[in-house]
Amino acid sequence: MADAAIELAGINKSFGAVHANRDIHLEIPRGTIHGIIGENGAGKSTLMSILYGFYQADSGEIRVNGKPTTISTPNDAIATGIGMVHQHFMLVQNFTVLENVMLGAEGEALLKSSIAKARSELIRLEKEYGLEVNPNAIIEELPVGLQQRVEILKALYRGADILILDEPTGVLTPAEADHLFRILAQLKDEGKTVVLITHKLREIMAITDNVSVMRQGQMVATRKTSETTVEELAELMVGRRVLLRVQKDEGKPGDFKLSVKNLTVKDSRGVTMVDDVSLDVRAGEIVGIAGVAGNGQSELLETIAGIRRAESGTVLLDGKPIDVTGTADPGELRDRGLAHVPEDRHYVGLVLPFEEYENSILGYHDHAQYLKGPFLDIEAIRADARDKIEKYDIRPSNERLKTANFSGGNQQKIVLAREIEKDPGVLIVGQPTRGVDVGAIEFIHKRLIAMRDAGKAVLLVSVELDEIRSLSDRILVMFDGRVVGERDGEASEGELGLLMAGVERQEAAQ
Amino acid sequence: MSTPYARLPAWADYGLIPVINLIVAFAVAGLVVLLVGENPFRAAAIMVEGAFGSGRNIAYTLYYSTSFIFTGLAVAVAFHGGLFNIGGEGQAYIGGLGVALVCLTFDSILPWWLTFPLAIIGAAAVGAAWALVPAYLQAKRGSHIVITTIMFNFIAASLMVYLLVGPLKPQGSMAPQTRTFLEGGQLPKLNWLMESFGFAVRSSPFNISFLLALVCAFLVWLLIWRTRLGYEIRTQGFSPKAARYAGIGEARIIIITMMISGALAGMMALNPVMGDQNRLQLDFVTGAGFVGIAVALMGRSHPAGIVPAAILFGMLYQGGAELAFEMPSISRDMIVIIQGLVILFAGALEHMFRPSIQALFASISPRSAGVVAAKREGA
Repeated sequence: MADAAIELAGINKSFGAVHANRDIHLEIPRGTIHGIIGENGAGKSTLMSILYGFYQADSGEIRVNGKPTTISTPNDAIATGIGMVHQHFMLVQNFTVLENVMLGAEGEALLKSSIAKARSELIRLEKEYGLEVNPNAIIEELPVGLQQRVEILKALYRGADILILDEPTGVLTPAEADHLFRILAQLKDEGKTVVLITHKLREIMAITDNVSVMRQGQMVATRKTSETTVEELAELMVGRRVLLRVQKDEGKPGDFKLSVKNLTVKDSRGVTMVDDVSLDVRAGEIVGIAGVAGNGQSELLETIAGIRRAESGTVLLDGKPIDVTGTADPGELRDRGLAHVPEDRHYVGLVLPFEEYENSILGYHDHAQYLKGPFLDIEAIRADARDKIEKYDIRPSNERLKTANFSGGNQQKIVLAREIEKDPGVLIVGQPTRGVDVGAIEFIHKRLIAMRDAGKAVLLVSVELDEIRSLSDRILVMFDGRVVGERDGEASEGELGLLMAGVERQEAAQ
Repeated sequence: MSTPYARLPAWADYGLIPVINLIVAFAVAGLVVLLVGENPFRAAAIMVEGAFGSGRNIAYTLYYSTSFIFTGLAVAVAFHGGLFNIGGEGQAYIGGLGVALVCLTFDSILPWWLTFPLAIIGAAAVGAAWALVPAYLQAKRGSHIVITTIMFNFIAASLMVYLLVGPLKPQGSMAPQTRTFLEGGQLPKLNWLMESFGFAVRSSPFNISFLLALVCAFLVWLLIWRTRLGYEIRTQGFSPKAARYAGIGEARIIIITMMISGALAGMMALNPVMGDQNRLQLDFVTGAGFVGIAVALMGRSHPAGIVPAAILFGMLYQGGAELAFEMPSISRDMIVIIQGLVILFAGALEHMFRPSIQALFASISPRSAGVVAAKREGA
């Protein structure tokens, strides 16, 4: 076996009584791609933060290339050759690629000579690793996939030998993700070591050489990727058997519950986000909308939910129109039986500083059952919240806890409980499992299927292709604001991937 | 990446941190006193003595505090709705107009206990109306409320000067002020309250509007944490997107919140105008509207924090006046510096010591470990 690029020996880190990392031993051989998986809160981020110098371990030793190393700041990490590509890019939006790469390594007070040096070095790196980006391009004008490339270049520019990537594919199309994987493979061939943090088991299987699984602050297993299976990894992560693909029977579509006709939506700058979209959702079916983030799905959902105004078009709920171009109001739509689980639970679906029970009535706070005259009926609301906590197994089971202190999965359960328990006829759902751990994903999927089986109409928007495919009875693909194709729930990933990339449409245009 | 800071127990959040901030503020203020060649400990003693040394001094302290409770509550209500109402000064000033008009009209025909509720309505209505214009501009036109409320302070000041040198000034009077209100326009003093605690008070401006301020503090708590409207205000304040999602009308909440805020600021005028001076004078607000911002910040926008914070600033006002009198080298402006330091540390730098205190708590008290613990128990 090759010698280790990174060795962690007995790493412990506590925050108060919480043992975020417990006696972690990990050896990452040089020149390999090493996956680290685990649920949210399993301690992956803490461990990587220790490695990158954001936190100090309480005890234990880090050895980089065999030498014991103290890493107290990110600068120390960079100096020892560790680079990190964050989940949320750390790029200055209105700087050029070159300026971003230089940031933090500007050299002298006058930039002229260092710019020239940086440019030639950047071009060399781009060539060497097949990471072509125009050094003069402005970041905000680049697609996400290229922005990520700039992040990788930044790390390489600083001489990183060991590259940590935190959930790198969350924002990428399948094709962009594949490209990233090719880049990572090339980095590996050049002798770099790559650490990939992810919760997507498929990626682990596709690209890594070894994989380590974390659960509750502990490193529960390290496997050679070729000797393990998705099922085994999922079980190791959660600590019990998990159904990765929900069981569902044949759907029994009924009446039309939601009909969208020729809907066009523009954003505040006048750019057309939703372009002449028509679709129907019937009782007892789940219609999934696939697409890369930013192709109009969010705007479509918000318009149907009455949050955003449409330019033109009609939406019918139970055969009666929603005034989407004028006065549609989310409160009124809730009363008409349309529930909405928004894509962004942190700022839209929940008010994080609120206590849990206060969020359990958001949007329904004007319902008589929660009010006594102008006053909130606190007792009734809390009792109601406790009911939902029990029914949806929301943990910790304390309705007085601040919502920000729940994990992503449990926050999403709070939203789902609130929307589903009002027994709506139509449920529109955006990214139901984004940032949610595997155990909760299973639960959420089961709930959505149960809604369908109870004869409700469900419109699902997700950038997770697996999720769309396993839940939907019909799949619509959106690209550039339009619905570019409809497939049944059995459509293959490759077929959908092409549609998502707009391939069919471009061919048609030629 | 999760930030694994411990959650602080309420007593540390609302008690310990403000006290630490205060101690630092006074330490720095002490250095300033040292710099001008005076003994900071003697200065502190004079200040405390001046604020709490006698029944009369306490009465003065509470008189100032009354104004600050009103303006602090006004700023706090707006804060909860995500609005920064800097116009408390102008709303209070113009509120005096409401008080004066009611008193000038009814003081000869009604007893004080009938004039008082009318004056409350007058002050609140005029203050609310003054806040309505910036609120409307924010809600419907997107004009930033900070800018418009500041501008309205100046408009209020100019308007009051015009009224007090013109229409409201009695014929032949040389002073820019209204006539003195008759008995029906004068609020009773609270000397009996002080005396019931065993303090002798001969003359002080401390009056019954202090009790009104306490009632308002309770009502604000009720509004913000117990009513549907308060829920909507807080939702809007924390996350406008969530409010829109919940079907809460943004424009409606902005306008209502600002009118409540303006009404509270306007009611501040009751204390000096009807409770002490018994006439409407120029500049009777003397900065209380701005002190309200510091009071609300220090009191964490909670009535239970605002009342003590207002008393602290009352103490700084009253004790500071005594200090300037006793120590000639410490001018009135020095007192403003000390007050400014308190505002700086208690308000603006409120988060300076928080991380280290949180880290301390995390290491000594297992129960207070928050974020990560919650996640661990999760699915």
